[in-house]
This record gives sequence, C-alpha cells and structure tokens, in this order.
Amino acid sequence: MVDTALSSNATTSTRVRAKARPSGLRKFLQRKSTIAFFMALPLILLILTLVVYPAFYAIYLSTLRKSMTSVAWMRNCQWLPDAICGYIPFGNIQFLFTRETFWMVVWQSCLFAISAVIFKALIGFIVAHFVHNIPAKGQRKWRGMLLIPWVIPPAMSTLAWLWLFDPSYSAFNYALSAFNAGPIPWTGNANWARFSVILVNIWVGAPFFMIMYLAALKSVPDQLYEAAAIDGANWWQRIWYVTLPMMRNIIAITALFSTIVTFANFDIVRVLTAGGPLDKTHLFATWAFRIGIEGGDIPLGASVSLFMVPILAIAAIFILRDITKRGNEA
Amino acid sequence: MYKREVTRRRFLATTTALTTVAIAAPYVRGAHAAGKLSIGLWDHWVPGANTTSTAVVNEWAAKEKVDVSIDYIPSQGNKNLLTIAAEAQAKSGHDMLAMPTWWPHAQADLLEPCNDIMPQLIAQNGQVNGTVQYLGKLGDKWLGVPATIGSQIKGPCTRIDLLKQHAGIDIQALYPAGAAPKADSWTMETYAKAAEACHKGGVPFGIGLGETTDSVDTAGAFFQAFGAALVDAKGELTVKSDAVRQALDYCARVAKFYPADAPAWDDGSNNRWLVSGRGALIMNPPSAWAVAKRDAPQIAAQCWTHGFPAGPKGRFAPFLPYFWNIWSFSQNKPAAKSLLVALSQPAAVEKFVAASAGYDIPSFEKLTTLKTWAEEGPPKGTLYHYPNPHNHQTLSIAASPAPPKIAQQIYTQATLTKMIVRHMQGEPMERTLAWAESEVEGFLRG
Repeated sequence: MVDTALSSNATTSTRVRAKARPSGLRKFLQRKSTIAFFMALPLILLILTLVVYPAFYAIYLSTLRKSMTSVAWMRNCQWLPDAICGYIPFGNIQFLFTRETFWMVVWQSCLFAISAVIFKALIGFIVAHFVHNIPAKGQRKWRGMLLIPWVIPPAMSTLAWLWLFDPSYSAFNYALSAFNAGPIPWTGNANWARFSVILVNIWVGAPFFMIMYLAALKSVPDQLYEAAAIDGANWWQRIWYVTLPMMRNIIAITALFSTIVTFANFDIVRVLTAGGPLDKTHLFATWAFRIGIEGGDIPLGASVSLFMVPILAIAAIFILRDITKRGNEA
Repeated sequence: MYKREVTRRRFLATTTALTTVAIAAPYVRGAHAAGKLSIGLWDHWVPGANTTSTAVVNEWAAKEKVDVSIDYIPSQGNKNLLTIAAEAQAKSGHDMLAMPTWWPHAQADLLEPCNDIMPQLIAQNGQVNGTVQYLGKLGDKWLGVPATIGSQIKGPCTRIDLLKQHAGIDIQALYPAGAAPKADSWTMETYAKAAEACHKGGVPFGIGLGETTDSVDTAGAFFQAFGAALVDAKGELTVKSDAVRQALDYCARVAKFYPADAPAWDDGSNNRWLVSGRGALIMNPPSAWAVAKRDAPQIAAQCWTHGFPAGPKGRFAPFLPYFWNIWSFSQNKPAAKSLLVALSQPAAVEKFVAASAGYDIPSFEKLTTLKTWAEEGPPKGTLYHYPNPHNHQTLSIAASPAPPKIAQQIYTQATLTKMIVRHMQGEPMERTLAWAESEVEGFLRG
C-alpha cells in the first residue's frame, strides 16, 4: 500500500511538473509570435504565389531572347572583365539602353510621376485644410463627395475623360469655342497629351492625399496651435512650424506610396492615349504591354517592366531613410 | 456485431459475374462519347453574331457527341491577346482558340499543324488569298484554319453624295453593284485630289494617323501601292529605298488634308467621323456603316464600300484574317479538327456572313460572292465590292512581306504612321528614314 501510495504521489507530481513545464513544441506553438505567424500564413502564401513567384518569373523571362528558346547574353561588353562579359544574361537590358524610345519612356515616366505626385500632394494638402475647417456636422458629406474620383475605377473615369478630350468632339473644345478660344488638340499634340494624362492622374489621385492629410491634420494637438498663437505666430508660421513638422511622416509615406502607384500607372495612359502620339505619353507599364503582349516580345516587355524596380527602390530608400532618421531623432 | 467476410471463393464469384454483365451488356453510346472540347471564339461586335456561331457549333457537337464549351473572348482591351499569351505560357487552356493576324506565327511552336484538313478545305472552297498564306503558314506547316468570324477588309467607305459634290467623282459608277469595277481612274493621284477637294469643302477624309490598327492598315496599303517595305521577305532592311521615299512623300502630302487631330485617332475615331456626317471617306469594314444604318440612316444610305486607289505597284487593300488554331497541348485534337472542318463548310460560312451583316469575310475564293453582300443595304449593293469579288485588288497586310515575326513589331509599333506624322510635321525625310531604320534594326534582333 505504501508503495502504491508513493507511486501514485510520484505520478501526480510528475503530471504537475509536466503541466508546469510544457514541452518545447507546445511552448513554441503557444508563443505569440508563432500564433501570429500561423495567422499570417495564408496571406504570406498568397503573396508568395501572386507576387513573389510572378516577380521571379518576370526576371527569368527578361533574361530570355525574343524567341524565348535561349538566354539573351550581353554583347559588345568588352569593357567588362572576360569572366563577366558573355555570362551575364542581361542582353535585353543592354539592348534597351540603345533605344531612343526607352530613354524617352524613362523621361516621361519620371515627368509623369513627379509632376503628378507634386500636384496631388499640393491639392490634397490645400483641400484637406478646407475640409478640416468645415464644421463637423457637414464635413462627412464633403469628404464623401471629394473621395468620388478616387473611388471610381480609374479605367471607367478615364473613359469619361477620353470623351471630354476627344480629338474631334471634345466637350472642352466645345466649351472653349463659346469664348472664341481653342480648339486644343488635347490628345493629338505631344505636350497637350502629356498634360492630359497628368491632369487625369491628379484628378484620380488627389483625394487619396486629401484623406491621408485630413487624418494627419486631425491628429495634430490643438494645444500646439494655441501655444503658437500665444507666441504670436501668423498663419504661415503655424503651417510651417506646427502643421508640416507634425505631418512630415504622413506626407513622406503618402508621397512614396503615390509615387510607386503613379510610376507604375497603366490604365489612365492606356485608355486616354495608348502611349501616343508618337510614343510621347508612354510609361513603363504601357510600353511594356505594347512590346510584350501586343508585339509578342515577352522577354523585352518583361525587361521594360522590371526597369521600374531599381528606380522605385532608390526612391523608397531615400524617403524611408528620412522617415527612420526623424523617428530616431524623436 | 455480424461481420461479413469476403472469402476468396465469394470474391471470384462476384468479379466473374460483374465481368460477364459488362461484356454481355449492349453498348450504349453516351451523349458525349467523343469527349470534351473547350473552344475560345472572338466575341463579335455585331449583336446576334455569337448566337449564330453557338448554334453552328452546337449542331456539330450534337452530331459528333462532343461536350463543347465556348468562351467568347473580346478583343476590347486586348483580352484575346492576353488569353493567348497566358495560355501559351501555362501550356494549358482552350483546345481551340481564335487568334488574330500575327498570332499563329508568334505561337507557331505551340500549334498543332492543320496540314491534314487545309488541303481538303482548299479543294472544296477554293484557294486562300496570299495574306492568309503569309500569316497562316510557316514553311509547309499550316498553323491553323482561316476563320470567317472576325476576318475583315478595311477598304474605303465613301459618302456617295459628298465625293460627287466636292471631288466630282461618282463612286457608284466606278464600283457598280453586281458588276466588275470600272475603276482604272481611281488612282493615288485621284485620291489625293479628292482628299484635297473634300478638305477644302469642309468634309475631310477620315484617315487616322494614330498607333492603332485602322491607321496602321491604311498606311500599310498606301506603302504597298508604291512597292515600299521597311524589311523585305528575306529579312533585309530596305528602309532607305526610293520606294519608301516615294510612299512617305505621298502619304505625308495627303495627310495634310486629313483632320488636324488625325495623329491622335484610334479605331473608333474614323467610325464616329463617318456617322457624324463630317467626313467624305473612311477606311473600314462595314461596322461604321452598320452603326450609321442604326443611328443615322440618312448617312448610311449615302455610303458605298469599294476598293482602294491604285498606286504605281498596284492596288492593295488591308486584309486582316482571324485564324482558328489548335494548341499542341490540346486534349482533344481530333474533335477540334472535326469542328474546324464543320465551321469552314459553305453552309456554315454563309450563316456567319449573314449573322454579321456582311462584316465577316471567308478567306476561300469560292465564298466571296455570297448573297448577303449583294443584298445588304441601304443603298442596295453597298457591300457588293467589300469582299473583293472580282479580285480587283491585292489583299495584303501592313509591314508584309517582312518575315511575320519582324512585321508584327513594325505593325504593333505603328512605325509606318509614325514615319508619316514625323515627316508631315516637318522632320526632314532623311532624318525620318534614319529614325525608322534604327527602330527596325531593333525589331530584327533575335
């Protein structure tokens, strides 16, 4: 009996110990980070399938020749060490560098993205201030209405713009004729066509800036403005020394996000000008589509589209480094 | 609990009984005994045309006991090109797919040869035109069967009244309904004078100089009329030739009489131009006329579809054939080939042409005189010359005779219209040619 009792006590104490100290696997599974990982796993798999795999496949495609049966090695690269020249499968990139249209697309993409983002940010900032100053009761109505251009699918709203800019039956030209002005070749002249695609992009994208800046404005403590007012700060000084420093990170992140989206824009240009006239409105995405899908040269098209990556990466590094620096200073 | 054991003896008895039943039972052919077939057809512009093709396919499927599924894929937004590219990459998809112009060549390695069915179709329906040979054949291999659905000629569609009023040309006399053309006087110079006269009269010819197919096709036919090609059939650069200089000079000269915004035109612009009543001539299949018939009947009643003006090297008209192709990875090639033969029968072709109000054109020479084109109107006979019944002009495609994979790049990049616009806007001829040569050199790379 004693033995049994002892043995029973021993078993119980072992169970208690086991309960008190769970196994390694169990501990691992109970960790918050593990649970978080498993909860995020479906999304990670989705990203791997829909983003990472296509990205690597695009890199692979960009290394192929037009026929897609062999690799496009670099040529005429004697300036490189022998071990490298002839063994780098970037013949398509090298070829693109020799194309006049490619450099035009680089310039146009930068012009399009930079000018559109600057104007979107400016308009978004101004409109956000106006909306912020509307009494709370009517503000929701205005916010909703101002978001409409951003909410409508761009391909659809661009169709409406296409009719407004129509070369022969433009509503704008019809309106201008009432003032004995025009007609303006909105999509027929290179400069006007560039203006048109940038204008539509601003129209579509400015509400996004507005809503982001509005959220940022609402988070600026009123005490700061009160303190500034006591110090005798005027309107401009309040903006410069209070509002902007408090919004800097939001401004930078919004600008970065918008730059990426604007730089990679496809639908607006595709619907409005299809890259014309004379390729003067092509962006990387539309030109890649023209070459890769319509022209049947998928490797070269993939190379063109991949070219966006380093340019955007450089922009992202600069902007994010700035944000991190300010974060550390704080 | 009772558990029934399967003994060796019982197992043998059961399997023997089942086998006997299976062998002795009468053979019943299922509704889909010949398997499944998945096909992708071009989504037709003309309302009702898809219904007819569905009916023809289903009739064949019922007879052949095949379970067919049809997808109608629009060319709007290049959805059909994306489908072709995606299926080629995945090596999976439809068994049979409709491919436009350049795509059989672009996917030649992945297509099932149709050499076993094309000779019998040619024997039955007559020879195919040169453009179909150029686009549908690689060496001795037929890459597919020319499709009636979607194939079109982009010839001139002229306003009878406006051309008579401003240029003094009676186009119906040159192209009488039901008779061979008497159009020897319809030349490049006549066209240029008429374009100038109509421009002065405030009703310019609606010819686009943009980067979409309507503009490129027209430019291509003009270049070919001068014998001008940027790359010859052997793949040699011929940009800086006298023929190209003549063609460019002519096209840039005439382009000044087109609407000022022509460089921005797309494939819908010329249609709208005709239907609005502002233009005397466009280059199109009868779709613009069909829209006018619906929306502006008084304009449709004045439209006449006819042949291209002749140049020093002949009379050329843009022909854009569709093809029905079978992927090499198709799961049911025999059924697909059987369907292609059925779709190319004269009775089926006649139905397609009628359903599309004459828009679709078969590529076989014996099928270009169907009653639809003779009877469509108003005015009656307006489409008589549309399918080129008297072989009055050579059906061709822009950028040919360059090898198709190179020509596809010239065509897609709209090199011809860009050359015209550059030169028209004042760029010296030699600089335009140098630009074009540099572009085409890029297309020649392997």
